[in-house]
Amino acid sequence: METLRLDGVHKSYGVGTPVETEVLHGIDLALGRGEFAALVGPSGSGKSTLLNVIGLLDRPNGGRILIEGREAGILDDAELTRLRGRAIGFVFQHHYLLPEFTALENVMMPILAARGRLDEEMRETAALLLDRVGLTPWRDKKATQISGGQQQRVAIARSLAMKPVLVLADEPTGNLDTRSADGVFDVLREINETSGTTFLIVTHDPRLAQRCDRIVELVDGRIVSDRPNREVVRRSPAA
Amino acid sequence: MNRIAFFELIVAFRFMREGLTQTFLIILGVGLGGGVIIFMSAALAGLEGNVVRRTLNFLAPIVILPPDQVARPLRAGPQDEFAAQVQPRSQQLRSIDQWQKIRDQVERAPGVVALAPVVSGPGFALRGDASRAVSITGIEPETYFRVIALDEKIVAGRRDLGPTDIIIGIELAKDLGAGIGDKVRLTTATGAATIFTVSGVFDFGNKGVNAGTVYIALRSAQSLLDLIGGVSAMQVRVRDPFAAERIAESLRAGAAVKVDSWIRTNAEFFTAMAAQIMTNTLIRLFVGLTIALGIASVLVVSVIQKSREIGILRAMGTSREQILRVFLIQGGFMGLAGSVLGSLLAWGFLLLWRSVARNADGTPMFIIEMEPWLFMSAAVGSMLVGLLAAVVPARRAARLDPVVAIRS
Repeated sequence: METLRLDGVHKSYGVGTPVETEVLHGIDLALGRGEFAALVGPSGSGKSTLLNVIGLLDRPNGGRILIEGREAGILDDAELTRLRGRAIGFVFQHHYLLPEFTALENVMMPILAARGRLDEEMRETAALLLDRVGLTPWRDKKATQISGGQQQRVAIARSLAMKPVLVLADEPTGNLDTRSADGVFDVLREINETSGTTFLIVTHDPRLAQRCDRIVELVDGRIVSDRPNREVVRRSPAA
Repeated sequence: MNRIAFFELIVAFRFMREGLTQTFLIILGVGLGGGVIIFMSAALAGLEGNVVRRTLNFLAPIVILPPDQVARPLRAGPQDEFAAQVQPRSQQLRSIDQWQKIRDQVERAPGVVALAPVVSGPGFALRGDASRAVSITGIEPETYFRVIALDEKIVAGRRDLGPTDIIIGIELAKDLGAGIGDKVRLTTATGAATIFTVSGVFDFGNKGVNAGTVYIALRSAQSLLDLIGGVSAMQVRVRDPFAAERIAESLRAGAAVKVDSWIRTNAEFFTAMAAQIMTNTLIRLFVGLTIALGIASVLVVSVIQKSREIGILRAMGTSREQILRVFLIQGGFMGLAGSVLGSLLAWGFLLLWRSVARNADGTPMFIIEMEPWLFMSAAVGSMLVGLLAAVVPARRAARLDPVVAIRS
């Protein structure tokens, strides 16, 4: 089964007003389990909008979205929130960690929100995830007390807390220097390879796009190319 | 993070801890406001209770009197005209008609605790050269003491009353220069006079009463005031002094007597008290409103400050209801914590008041009770105010669109 399927997805802003703007013009896209795809395109091409629509943060004006075969359009707000929490992980350009909480607590947060109360298991899960992104020594530091690269790694660990089938990353390395960016990208790649989680990564950086298995190019709200990357650069030059 | 804690509680308390100065200031504000409300409520209840207690010391809540005498102009025949002007009749001292029967009826009425028949009329107390106008009250100690706690107010001498005994007020004793065992002569307007022996001195804490009232045995008063076998009034004690007017109303309906309640005879005092309560309630209401606005404004700012975090929490699968509860918990907690602080402040104020507000003799000016229910209701009330104040910001937070919130 495909992890994600979009059929003719349209998205417009300002519907019913004189400034109505269609941003996505009938997007068809399918991502299989374990795919590691890059979404590229110039600024204003609709990448972030597409990511929000796929991430069920925004409803499309037309077309269908299926997450693991489940049609998202027919779900009400609460069901959509539950599906989003369970099936989709987000990594944003900015880490958006909760400054009030430690790294470990930030990773636990999605599980805590879903279960309602704390248990030992979620603490262990979060610790394992932090270990996976190489942050065990910093797990009890507040989000504001660690570096930008580390913060983004915490955000990645957090996006994996609910064992999502799909991780959407919006310029996850956009705020980082090259070395940190490579490190973060390595983590994403490694998780994809070991756990089979599907990744869709928005990036401006052609170098990083080259490290993905598939490159989807969006221009003016339309997919203009969707091709497998035959010469995938698996590891960062430093690695 | 506590092991049994819930998501909403954890997030709410972390948010408050992070904005510690803000949280501390608003709790301090709520505390000050709450303290003022508690102090004012306690002071008002104390003042009211004290005035009532002091008034009812020497005043029966209900007094039954013979009906007023009215002039009845005579007419020669049914067609004759009325007199153009009718002179109102002067009121004579007379007995309540069939007072024993009325006494039995009133004693059975609901809410009535005790009834005492009395004979009272004006007279003069004389001793040597001194003479003072007094109100002579003839009582049966066994019934009267159940209505008016005169026995507890005797500061010298005995509590019982023999046929020639007289109990006088402390001021009158001073005016006449009389002490226990001294003779005092009572005379009435009709010229009747009897000599009594001072058997007791009372102090009601009211100068007028202490200077102008004397108590003698009922039978002695009946003979002195020429009212053999009769009583001029019946004083009634009721369980709830504030229900006196209602009970008086029901007693009025059944009998040909005049029934006065202390609420009616002290109408001015009750009007003043009502005005006091109204002003007090208004002040408390506005303080409560200020507290609510304070909490609401802090939370509104917090929602704006935290909108990105809220957006992230929403993107991670946190429901609108969970976000709503996070802010309601903050509001409720600020109210509750503020009220605890307010209770402590009010407690301090009240202790200070007790030590400062004292009469010259060192006794408290009036007693303010520190009722536990007042503190409890303040706590519950503040929490509710906090919750209500949080509703608008919490709804605003819950409605935040995660996409917009994250981009903001």
